[in-house]
Amino acid sequence: MAQTSTTNPAYRGSGPSWEVVIGLETHAQLSTASKIFSGAPTAFGAAPNTQASAVDIALPGVLPVLNRGAVERAIRFGLAVGGNVAAKSVFARKNYFYPDLPKGYQISQYEIPVVQGGGVDIVSPTRGAIRVRLTRAHLEEDAGKSLHEDYHGMSGIDLNRAGTPLLEIVTEPDLRSSDEAVAYAKALHGLVRWIGICDGNMQEGSFRCDANVSVRRAGEPLGTRCEIKNLNSFRFMQQAIDYEVRRQIALVEEGGTVVQETRLYDPDRDETRSMRSKEDAQDYRYFPDPDLPPLAISGEWIARVKAGMPELPEAMRARFGTAYGLPDHDAAMLTASRETASYFEEAVRAGGVEPKTVANWMLGEVSAALNRAEIDIAAAPVKPPALAGLLARIADGTISGKIAKDVFDAMWAGEGDADAIIAKKGLEQISDEGAIEKLVDGVLAANASIVAEFRAGKEKAFNSLVGKAMAASKGKANPAQVNAILKRKLGG
Amino acid sequence: MTLTLDEVRRIAHLARIEIDAREAAEVHAKLEAIFTMIDELQAVDTTGVEPMSHAQDVVLTMREDRVTETDRHAEYQRVAPAVEDGLYLVPRVVE
Repeated sequence: MAQTSTTNPAYRGSGPSWEVVIGLETHAQLSTASKIFSGAPTAFGAAPNTQASAVDIALPGVLPVLNRGAVERAIRFGLAVGGNVAAKSVFARKNYFYPDLPKGYQISQYEIPVVQGGGVDIVSPTRGAIRVRLTRAHLEEDAGKSLHEDYHGMSGIDLNRAGTPLLEIVTEPDLRSSDEAVAYAKALHGLVRWIGICDGNMQEGSFRCDANVSVRRAGEPLGTRCEIKNLNSFRFMQQAIDYEVRRQIALVEEGGTVVQETRLYDPDRDETRSMRSKEDAQDYRYFPDPDLPPLAISGEWIARVKAGMPELPEAMRARFGTAYGLPDHDAAMLTASRETASYFEEAVRAGGVEPKTVANWMLGEVSAALNRAEIDIAAAPVKPPALAGLLARIADGTISGKIAKDVFDAMWAGEGDADAIIAKKGLEQISDEGAIEKLVDGVLAANASIVAEFRAGKEKAFNSLVGKAMAASKGKANPAQVNAILKRKLGG
Repeated sequence: MTLTLDEVRRIAHLARIEIDAREAAEVHAKLEAIFTMIDELQAVDTTGVEPMSHAQDVVLTMREDRVTETDRHAEYQRVAPAVEDGLYLVPRVVE
C-alpha cells in the first residue's frame, strides 16, 4: 500500500505533494478508586484539596506505595493492544518545578515502561485498514491544578488531582492526516472504555491527547515537529492539526523553517499559538526513583488478567459478521461500545427476530431516539427484550414496519410493551383479504384520474394509489396484500 | 568525561539552587572528581550483566485499590503560608 501523499485537499500546497506525519500521546486516567501512590480518593469534582493526602501534597518523609489496581489496568491495556507487558519495569522521577507538583518531580516511567509495542487498528479514509503502531504505554501520576484567577496577585493550587493514575499511550509517527489522527483517537477511546480501564470522559479530562505534527515533501526525511497540547475533543483535534499543517506548509513554502516547540490550540480563534520553544524547554533529568524498586509482573498475574478480559471489539466485530451474517458496516457500528454490542446480542437472544432486523432498528430508530434524548444506550427506556418483542410482531405480520415505529415511540415514552400498545391503540394489521379489497375498491372509485394516469402508462401513479389505500387504513393494511390486490384489479 | 563550568551553572539553575562564582568553582571541582570515579567504574567489563535501577535486588510491594485516607486538609492548611477558598496560594505562575 502506498505510504505517501495524503489526498486530503486541506494539505495541498504548491509544488511536489506534501506529506503530513503525526504521532499522538494520550493520557488516559485510570478508573481506580484510589490514587496511584496513596489511599486518597480519585472522584471528580470534590471541594479543593479535600482529596489530597500527605503523600499527594508531598509532606516530608512520606513514601509512595503503588496501587495494584492501576497496574492491573495497564496489563489489560497491554493485552488488548498486543503489546509486551514488561516482566520488570522501572519508575523514574521527572524533575521540574511547578507549584501544582509539590514534590518537585513527577513519578513516571522512562527507560523501561510497563507496556512496550502493540498497535491499534483503524480505518483510514484514504489508506483503508491500517494498524497504528504503539511505541509504549507507561504509568505515571497526574499533577494538581493551578487556578490563575486573581487571588490578590497569587495563584491558587488544588491538589485533588495530584497522584491520580494515568496511562500515557504513545504512538509511532504512523498517522498521515487529521482524519487518521481522529480515527485513532476514537478507536483508542473506545478501547480503553471497552476494557474498563478509563471512563473516557473528555470534559472532565479523563482522556487527553497531545499531537506531534510535522510536514515533509513526499519521500524526504521527517520534518521538524511541533507538539500541540491539550486537545480535549475530537473536533478540536481535527481543527488544531489542520491549522498546524497549513501553518507549517505555508511557513516552509515562504522560505521559513519550522521551529520545534510546544503549541497550544485556541478553539475560539481556531489557531495554534507558541507556548514554549525547545531552547527553554525543561531538561527533566530523569533517574530511577529510589523510593520505588522495580515493578515486577509475573506471567501468572498476566494470565489471570487475560482470563478476565472481555472479548475485544475487533474479534467481536468479526464474529458479528460470521455468526449473525451482518455486513461489516453494521458489525462495526454495533461494536462501537460494549453496551451497544451487548444490547444487540441480548435482543437477538430474546428470539423471534432476524439479527439483521435488530441491527437495522438499532442503527435506525433506537440510535435516533438516543440522540434525541441525549442518553447512552444503557439508559434506553426500551430494553433489548422489549425491542425484540416489537420486532417479532412485525415478523409475524401483526403490524407493519411503519406502524411499528409508532409503537416504538410509545414504548420509548413508557406506555408499555409492544403487545399492550398494539392492543390498546387497535394497531393490529389488517390482513383480511375481503376488508382490504373493500378498501382498495373505495380508493379506485375515489381516484379515477390517478387510475387513468396509470392506464396511460404512468408507473408512478401505482405508488400513489398504494399510498392512498394505506392512508385510508390509517397505515394498518398489510402493504404486501394492498399491492397484490391493487395490481390484480388494475391489471384486470 | 569533563564537565564545564557552564554546565554546572545550568544544573544549578534547573535545580533552582543559587550559587555564586566561588561556589560554582568549588562544586565544579567536586563534580569533576565524581565523574572521574565514574570513568574508572566504566572501565569494568559488564558484558552480560543486567543493568540495575536500584542497589538492592528487591521488587515493589503493592497495595489494594482502596480508599484509606480521610480528608485532613484543614490540618494540612493550618501550616500553609497562605490559603483561600480551600486553595493553597502561591506566587503567581503563568506559563
